[in-house]
Amino acid sequence: MTTPSRLPDPYGQGGGANLADILERVLDKGIVIAGDIRINLLDIELLTIKLRLIVASVDKAKEMGIDWWEDDPALSSRARQNELARENAELRERLAQLEPARAQREEAP
Amino acid sequence: MSGLRYVYAVCHPYESPLQRQLSGVSGAPPKRLTHHGLVAVVSTVPEHEFTEEALRANLEDLDWLTATARAHQQVIDALTAVTSPLPLRLATVFRDDSGVRSMIEAREEELRRVLDRLAGRVEWGVKVYVEKPPESSDDSRAGRPPAKAASGRDYLRRRRDQTRAHDDVWQRASEFSDRLHATLSAFAEDSRMHAPQNAALSGATGRNVLNAAYLVPRADSEEFVELVDREKDDVPGIRVELTGPWAAYSFAGEFSEDPGVES
Repeated sequence: MTTPSRLPDPYGQGGGANLADILERVLDKGIVIAGDIRINLLDIELLTIKLRLIVASVDKAKEMGIDWWEDDPALSSRARQNELARENAELRERLAQLEPARAQREEAP
Repeated sequence: MSGLRYVYAVCHPYESPLQRQLSGVSGAPPKRLTHHGLVAVVSTVPEHEFTEEALRANLEDLDWLTATARAHQQVIDALTAVTSPLPLRLATVFRDDSGVRSMIEAREEELRRVLDRLAGRVEWGVKVYVEKPPESSDDSRAGRPPAKAASGRDYLRRRRDQTRAHDDVWQRASEFSDRLHATLSAFAEDSRMHAPQNAALSGATGRNVLNAAYLVPRADSEEFVELVDREKDDVPGIRVELTGPWAAYSFAGEFSEDPGVES
């Protein structure tokens, strides 16, 4: 297929772009306009779609240790929760560190 | 039956025709639907594939999804050659032309604002990969189990060296990515960081550590490409990949927030 001439195009379509580049853009970027056919790509779980490209099922993916999406707050509600939990834990730890320090200071003088 | 209308993008009116024999999603050629001075690029798609129910199933079908995504991107790509389109997300479908017109009327102001913002600009994608550190590949190439250590201490020392080499590569890659991103962002009008790509999905070797998009005026694109070329150095273990020019996908979606920052 021929492509019309255009600006500097050393890496034109097919050149450097892999399927992930294309999917990342057409599924995840671009403006969202609700058409008459209401389909929310986020509802169908983008990650399911992405995963299907890799393995047959989510369970299979987990078996194989492919779970990168779980740590991505943008893709996983669990990651968002985990992030909160982690923040909490960090704050608690920090508090625990501060408490004895304060106790010591108070005892010191 | 007339089928449904699949909308690829909205554009300012453009002069040059799209490449001939361009076929859209489901094979029908894309055409322009002009309304209120804006152009929606649409094609007819069969109802049986694009009702809500059918779409839901089709999007789960890898082959269908791949073909549709590529067809969608191909139309956007052809448009990018002649104008600066505002790409819509995959599978934006209306019952008929009047549905598309209503959408244009309803969102005219926003559409114009983003189109003005994107006019004359393209997106370049830059990714940085870390290759596997050479140490581990040495062992596997030689086909021996992590070479028999003479003693426990030797073993530990080797493990430590390997770990250190590995950490070095990561450290270098991270510094390199930061520097590259800083340089490119300074040149570009705008930039976006994307989640790193999964190797299984991209088929790329190595681990993706930077996945960014840069909004660059067409006129400066050549310079941008040269800049990437210059910056990509020959750092051992690190690979830089450039893709584009893309339609400004990564800069199209956020226009609902922050109205009028630019204007």
